[in-house]
Amino acid sequence: MTLTVSNLRGWYGAAQILFGIDLGVADGEVVALLGRNGAGKSTTFRAIAGLLARRDGQVTFGGTDVSREPVYAIARRGLAYVPEDRRIFADLTVEENLEVGRQPQRAGVPHWTPERLYALFPNLGTMRKRLGGAMSGGEQQMLTIARSLMGNPSLVLLDEPSEGLAPKIVEDMAHAIRALKAEGLSILVSEQNLHFARLISDRAVIIERGQVRFAGTIAEIDANAEICEAFLTV
Amino acid sequence: MSFYVAQFLTGLAEASSLFLVACGLSIIFGVTRIVNFAHGAFYMLGAYIAYTLAERFSGAIGFWGSLLTAAIIVAMLGALVETVLLRRIYHAPELFQLLATFGLTLMVEDLAVIIWGPEDLVGPRAPGFKGAVMILGQAVPSYDLLLIVLGPLVFGLLWMLFHKTRFGVLVRAATQDREMVAALGVNQRWLFTGVFALGIFLAALGGALQISRDAVNHTMDLRIIVETFVVVVIGGLGSVGGAFLAALIVAEFNAFGILIFPGISMILMFIIMALVLIVRPYGLLGRLEAPTRAVIAAAIVWAPLSSAGRIAVAAIVVAVALMPFGVGDYWLTVGSEILIFVLFAASLQFLMSTGGLVSFGHAAFFGLGAYGAALAVKDLGLPLLPALACGTTLGCAGAVVIGWFCVRLSGVYFAMLTLAFAQIVYSVAFQWTDVTGGDNGMLGVWPDAWAASPHTFFWLALAVALGGVVLLRMIVFSPFGYRLRAVRDSALRAEATGINRMTTQWAALIIAGTFAGLAGALFAFLKGSVFPDSLGVSTSVDGLVMVLLGGIGTISGSVLGAVVYKALSIFLVSQTDYSKLVLGAVIVGLVVVFPGGLGGITARFSRLRPVLGPAPPARPESLG
Amino acid sequence: MSASPNLLAVEGLRKSYGGVHAVQGVSFSLEAGEILALIGPNGAGKSTCFNMLNGQIKPDGGTIHLKGEAIAGLPPRLICRRGVGRTFQITATFASMSVRENVQTALSTFAGQDRRLFGLATRQHRHEADGLLDHVGLLAQADRPCAELAYGDLKRLELAVALSGKPALLLMDEPTAGMAPRERIALMRFTASMARAQGIGVLFTEHDMDIVFEHADRVMVLNRGEVIAVGTPETVRRDPRVRTTYLGEGLVYARPVEGGAP
Repeated sequence: MTLTVSNLRGWYGAAQILFGIDLGVADGEVVALLGRNGAGKSTTFRAIAGLLARRDGQVTFGGTDVSREPVYAIARRGLAYVPEDRRIFADLTVEENLEVGRQPQRAGVPHWTPERLYALFPNLGTMRKRLGGAMSGGEQQMLTIARSLMGNPSLVLLDEPSEGLAPKIVEDMAHAIRALKAEGLSILVSEQNLHFARLISDRAVIIERGQVRFAGTIAEIDANAEICEAFLTV
Repeated sequence: MSFYVAQFLTGLAEASSLFLVACGLSIIFGVTRIVNFAHGAFYMLGAYIAYTLAERFSGAIGFWGSLLTAAIIVAMLGALVETVLLRRIYHAPELFQLLATFGLTLMVEDLAVIIWGPEDLVGPRAPGFKGAVMILGQAVPSYDLLLIVLGPLVFGLLWMLFHKTRFGVLVRAATQDREMVAALGVNQRWLFTGVFALGIFLAALGGALQISRDAVNHTMDLRIIVETFVVVVIGGLGSVGGAFLAALIVAEFNAFGILIFPGISMILMFIIMALVLIVRPYGLLGRLEAPTRAVIAAAIVWAPLSSAGRIAVAAIVVAVALMPFGVGDYWLTVGSEILIFVLFAASLQFLMSTGGLVSFGHAAFFGLGAYGAALAVKDLGLPLLPALACGTTLGCAGAVVIGWFCVRLSGVYFAMLTLAFAQIVYSVAFQWTDVTGGDNGMLGVWPDAWAASPHTFFWLALAVALGGVVLLRMIVFSPFGYRLRAVRDSALRAEATGINRMTTQWAALIIAGTFAGLAGALFAFLKGSVFPDSLGVSTSVDGLVMVLLGGIGTISGSVLGAVVYKALSIFLVSQTDYSKLVLGAVIVGLVVVFPGGLGGITARFSRLRPVLGPAPPARPESLG
Repeated sequence: MSASPNLLAVEGLRKSYGGVHAVQGVSFSLEAGEILALIGPNGAGKSTCFNMLNGQIKPDGGTIHLKGEAIAGLPPRLICRRGVGRTFQITATFASMSVRENVQTALSTFAGQDRRLFGLATRQHRHEADGLLDHVGLLAQADRPCAELAYGDLKRLELAVALSGKPALLLMDEPTAGMAPRERIALMRFTASMARAQGIGVLFTEHDMDIVFEHADRVMVLNRGEVIAVGTPETVRRDPRVRTTYLGEGLVYARPVEGGAP
């Protein structure tokens, strides 16, 4: 397992959102974290990435316990976090956005340069000097992923990459995620859309109200109508 | 004609100095979101240290080396302050950071007096720039020409830094979203320290460059900080280009304004700021601040006092009312002063906690109340109670006018515009000597015989303060109070529910201003005199400190905050010559130890319970 | 054609930002009791349209008539007072208040009592507020702080607040985002029955095509600021232009379009 999360709990202010999440991602695996809005998917990601002010429990990444490490140190170990709301630097150009994400080369993981990323996301290559704020939602989604890849991660946390995108762009996104998997990256992706998850992932974990309610393959979810009905927005 | 050219060049030189200081403040705010009140203090330290060094090392290298070294030393001090103090409070509410840096300013002012003495110090002339250059028949100091070149040069260097280096790109990114920058593997701690040191370096350099133009003294910090705030707000917080443009505008208006309207030269800058903010609410090159993300509101819903609470409050009030039978006149006078500030602080808290409007100029209404009462006594010969009514009315009228402008803005810009208006009122009181007595103030404002003894005045103050606080609390729980909170919680939802945000906030400001005016009017009678200080920045900040100490999340914690703060400051002034140093240290200490305010301490413990608990079952069936 | 005007009639609505035409000449109408869905890719102008209807954004041109009265360009609070209620994509509620107080505040605003400086606000409109909360299924949680509510409950609270002004037109921005399927269906059914019973016109945006095709009477598709299709759900989902610009091959929603990839 490249990432192991055990008994992860998290709070926003006084409000506890996560009540002991357990999950794992193996090398080169794509795992979907499913659940509806407010179930705790984004909070789980933020807790793993170290962005939650108050969290508890264990997060092991690449064999090291990172649950007490600051945000930047976790990122430097090769754990990339791609937020749901994209958080593009609107006043920076595409090139500059990528520059912010740049980190030194790391052994054993794919090394990304702007040129390689422009090849993966051809749209971005045509707008290197464009300001982040002047891009469409789909282009921003590509850029936020590319920006995180500049840190040469071994694991990417993708928070709802399909959110708010036209179905057509979502299909492009699915292709890009498959390409990353082919590069050998491990990916934990959160989704509300089971159809999208089915296109990209090997396994799925369903959470609801801050607790894991199901873990297994997508086929097992498909076979279990009750789970779909209760926890997913299908 | 040539005279105007010379005047224009003087303006440009002034603009360069102003730009150095202002862009430092702007850069620091952009990344750390800290409105650094201590910026003026660092500017002053730059000047003092440069003076000391330049006295010791002569010659061109000695002089210029001194300026640069001074700026570097102060920048290192800044880095120290950032690592030791500010790092602890980045997560505290914005106002606390302002408060901490204000405390720092107080400390530096006293330290400067201890180290360099209270006198004006005049530094050496700059080697190589001692003379003047004749331009169109007018003598222009060559040092001014140097400054004129320096401003754009620094601007250019900063532009290169921000666009051509990785550090600069990271700073610009962090200005927009510092959390995301950290999530991309950037150690923000060093980024923040670097940015803070850079901003302080620019401020200190600005101060150091002044030593051969102007005297160095321990009040230069407050003067420059107010000017700097004005420039930064006109230009747009966080924008270096905006700071450059605004510095030019302000300096040129000053240079020519003094020729055309000598009487209102002090006010001119604030009028420009008010006008700019009304036309462009976020400054010339600024932009709307994104709302702070993911604010989880307190899990405690405000409610009126329980009957047990009421009994406890009544017991305290009775105990306080019995004080005249137990303590001497001096302590009763102190007690009256504290009670007056209880009302002042409660009025500001109504605005801040219920209204969500942070005012930096609340002293305007307090001072207007004081002057209103004094004028009623001196010019109209009115007795105490009608004079109090006059003062209150003037405070209210001031709030009507000032409020009309201010509610067009929000957040930091609202705070700055209130500051600007308070400064305008202050300048009027200061300069309109015929009516207000200017700096000499108005003396002989004594109450009628029935209220003249310290104990009757104490009871009067108690009755007014108690009545005021009770009325304000009643308003909090009235339909209007809910409407005001609705606007504070979500202006979007409030407007979509038919509530007029502006008139609501305007009414809140008028209510707060009226009560502050009442407190001010009473204050005039307590002291028997009124001075422009009652309208000054320090009075406004006193009010802020009281509210923050009391806990901004409470309804009337400021009552406690006012008692503690006022008692402490009166005690310190009587005990030590360095009251600012001690008070500053106390403020800084309190902010670090109790980031929730005194009133927040109890809430802190009770809020630790988890509020989202494991899931009550969903009830979708109950729909439809 | 009846003599009475449409509930909502929009004609030639336009808005640009610095040369970008966010909305260019949008026209449509909506009848009382009708449910109209507004769909399209991100950046197609849906939000701009919505915000112009409720007054948050001033249109550059075009007219909006509510029950025959021109409302284009009025501020949100006046449009609201003329009978337009709205819910937001990211729920906007009064977070420092209890659930009931949220509704009471709205009710006292509509009753014109929100200027009163005295009298306990929590004693006003209590009964009416509880009625509305019961209606949306939140009565049991009336005393809870609004900040504690689960996401779906916040959406229902918003609906109760929007309904307290007895609107003639309800604008709902992604009303079911983040809800469980059963909750979604219940909410949309509730909305539909309320719209029919009280003659309220409903305009909603939604990214979930299953909700759109299931619950809307008519669907309007926006692309690059223009209406590219409007009609019954069945006609719109077959429209080739809608499929190329928005719906794609149908891989990512439940019922694929005939002829699309599985």
